[in-house]
Amino acid sequence: MKVAAKVMMEIFKNEGVEVVFGVPGGSVMPLYDALMDADLLNVLTRHEQGAVHAADGYARASGKVGVCIATSGPGATNLVTGIANAYMDSVPMVAITGQVRRPVVGTDAFQEADTFGITLPVVKHSYLVTDEHELPRILHEAFYLARTGRPGPVLVDLPGDVATALIDYDPDNPPEPNLPGYKPTVKGHPRQIKEAARALAEAEKPMIYAGGGIIIAEASDELRELAAYAHIPVTTTLNGKGLFPEDDALSLGMLGMHGTRYANYAMTNCDLIFAVGVRFDDRATGKVDTFAPDAKIIHVDVDPAEIAKNLAVDIPIVGDAKWVLRSLIEELRKLEPSPERHVPWMRQVEDWKQAHPLPLREDPDGEIMPEFVIQKLWEVTRGEAIVTTEVGQNQMWAAQYWLAKHPRRFISSGGLGTMGYGFPAAMGAKLARPDLTVVDIAGDGSFQMTSQELATCVSYGIPVKVAILNNRYLGMVRQWQELFYEKRYASTCIECQPDFVKLAEAYGAQGFRATRPDEVEEVLRIALASDAPALMDFRIKREANVWPMVPAGSAISDMLGGGEA
Amino acid sequence: MKHTLSVLVENKPGVLTRISGLFARRGFNIDSLAVGETEDPALSRVTISVDGQDQPIEQVTKQLHKLINVIKITDLDPNSSVTRELVLIKVHATSETRSEIIQVVEIFRAKIIDVSASTLIVEVTGTKDKIEGIISLLRPFGLVEVVRTGKIAISRGRKRT
Ligand SMILES: Cc1cc2nc3c(=O)[nH]c(=O)nc-3n(C[C@H](O)[C@H](O)[C@H](O)COP(=O)(O)OP(=O)(O)OC[C@H]3O[C@@H](n4cnc5c(N)ncnc54)[C@H](O)[C@@H]3O)c2cc1C
Ligand SMILES: Cc1ncc(C[n+]2csc(CCOP(=O)(O)OP(=O)(O)O)c2C)c(N)n1
Ligand SMILES: [Mg+2]
Repeated sequence: MKVAAKVMMEIFKNEGVEVVFGVPGGSVMPLYDALMDADLLNVLTRHEQGAVHAADGYARASGKVGVCIATSGPGATNLVTGIANAYMDSVPMVAITGQVRRPVVGTDAFQEADTFGITLPVVKHSYLVTDEHELPRILHEAFYLARTGRPGPVLVDLPGDVATALIDYDPDNPPEPNLPGYKPTVKGHPRQIKEAARALAEAEKPMIYAGGGIIIAEASDELRELAAYAHIPVTTTLNGKGLFPEDDALSLGMLGMHGTRYANYAMTNCDLIFAVGVRFDDRATGKVDTFAPDAKIIHVDVDPAEIAKNLAVDIPIVGDAKWVLRSLIEELRKLEPSPERHVPWMRQVEDWKQAHPLPLREDPDGEIMPEFVIQKLWEVTRGEAIVTTEVGQNQMWAAQYWLAKHPRRFISSGGLGTMGYGFPAAMGAKLARPDLTVVDIAGDGSFQMTSQELATCVSYGIPVKVAILNNRYLGMVRQWQELFYEKRYASTCIECQPDFVKLAEAYGAQGFRATRPDEVEEVLRIALASDAPALMDFRIKREANVWPMVPAGSAISDMLGGGEA
Repeated sequence: MKHTLSVLVENKPGVLTRISGLFARRGFNIDSLAVGETEDPALSRVTISVDGQDQPIEQVTKQLHKLINVIKITDLDPNSSVTRELVLIKVHATSETRSEIIQVVEIFRAKIIDVSASTLIVEVTGTKDKIEGIISLLRPFGLVEVVRTGKIAISRGRKRT
């Protein structure tokens, strides 16, 4: 018999956990005590939201399960945003929350909150551990559920007296998961795959619409093979950025509300959509009635509930993207499709690309344009860095101008759109990939939501870089106010802000500022070269907008601004 | 169209909350819901009646399937399944109306399980039609209270639901 908290450390080890993020408190003190002797990095963040986003960033950058820990009550409720964020973007995560001792559960005890109930709608699964002997099986199941099928966050709510109980655990013989209702489908239906191959071979104007599921499935190579072999242009969602190299001739970048004109035109005019690892989110499809009106749709997804959720599908395939793509390529090769078929279509797509490039604006007043900063950042890092983003205009400029080359190197809060995500996520990503430069492309508003994690970066020596595109506005909301609310800037002008350079320095990090375009490159070079956490305050053109843009509820081909012919 | 979903679930804490929460969150209405242990104490059977076009029902079942504790869902075909519901009806009864009520109860093969000076409690089991039938006949006497268990259902023949 061993103390349950110590057993948890053995289970972490068994599950390959290298790092956990969290903040201690009464109910998790046994766990923290055990962490002191455990063979893993225990990162104390300054806020639980920082911990959960860091675990998320770690998971997205590495493909492993991210782990975060919080105490009962306020610690647990502070995790909620991050759990919901991970749920929306299908991020594998195990969140461990302390709970009050079993005898007082349900009595409004000190720091009691119904964490199980509060998080129920935003978890893949959750457990309240009531029997200490069940703990090993539950914890192994939590990791198994988090990383398999459609990944997601799993919550384990752990009463303090469970953590100190004595239990049996043999690390060489861990308990098997007991999940009779859980059998994710990996292999796609062969007949459906044959039909999809036939449709692809017959199409004259095909498109690939790929997303987060490809990255999760580690199927980028297969997708590239399909696109190259069958000559099909590729557009990705925000969450799919990097699954296909965006500097490749077949790439059309991102589609959707702030996608490229050419991606949206191609989607609207194609005759076949091969949709894989995507969930037809409204930001990507625009008004569904007018989405790809003439196209046959093939949809591959590991989650059957995503198929035909928002839109009717012609050839549904439930299965793992990697498995399905492999067998699809095999089937397609048998059909020997002729590359000639797509020539006129490829020419049309190329014409759109030439006619409607993303705007590269030069400001008449000589101020810094956001795309200039992002392009310089790309040049200085040769596009090899991991980029995380905050939410808002900064995120969309990053999506548009950062040509992502590799999977797991563009990390953004897509589904929930959580301001304050990017910086802690960058911290987690840097711990997953210490070999790569990690930059949070930030907004001034978002950064202020989790800037306290500068202390964590400094204290653990995590040399994350933050590039604030500082417009002293809640810019994305301001842009909507400019366009749809007669420029009535209600609560979006945030001129009162800290001196970000001094803020960074106050924490012991480095701070730099650029106010003119000719200062941008030097600031980037110095900040990125240092091995300390560094913040860059880029004072950009305040009312720069994100173009092009599809007004909410419109067809994706009805774009405003940016690169009109 | 009405659907009867027979959902086999693990008998674990929170399962019912997960199911009802899912219905609320996805905007699906539940007409009735009944739950109880099965022949295997580790499993429970939840019988859910829902109203919906075919499209939402497909989403309902797919979303239900995503709940880890849900093992199997059967959308029962009314022609090859039997459904029952138990209802307790407390109805006003005076010396003048008592015998009339007893007649109704007999026609429906229901039972009187409690008698007071001014009320009777009627127990009735049956299909929805039968239950609505007796309720509408008893209503004129003055319904004090109606308590229904919600529908349960089982497939006919050898096959398990
Ligand atoms: C301000 C803002 C603006 C935005 N603008 C845009 C925009 O213009 N364009 C855009 O595209 N997005 C935009 N987004 C993001 C958008 O909200 C969605 O998050 C995004 O489109 C969803 O990406 P996805 O379809 O790739 O799905 P994800 O949320 O990444 O989901 C992954 C899908 O893959 C499936 N899957 C998981 N694992 C596997 C596997 N192994 N095999 C097969 N399938 C698997 C999952 O079941 C799921 O259906 C914006 C977000 C914000 C905050
Ligand atoms: C936590 C949270 N609160 C509010 C919002 C709504 N929102 C979306 S974008 C945005 C403005 C973001 O401002 P900033 O970080 O400065 O980015 P900018 O758009 O200026 O680049 C707001 C308030 C949100 N997405 N997340
Ligand atoms: Mg801003």
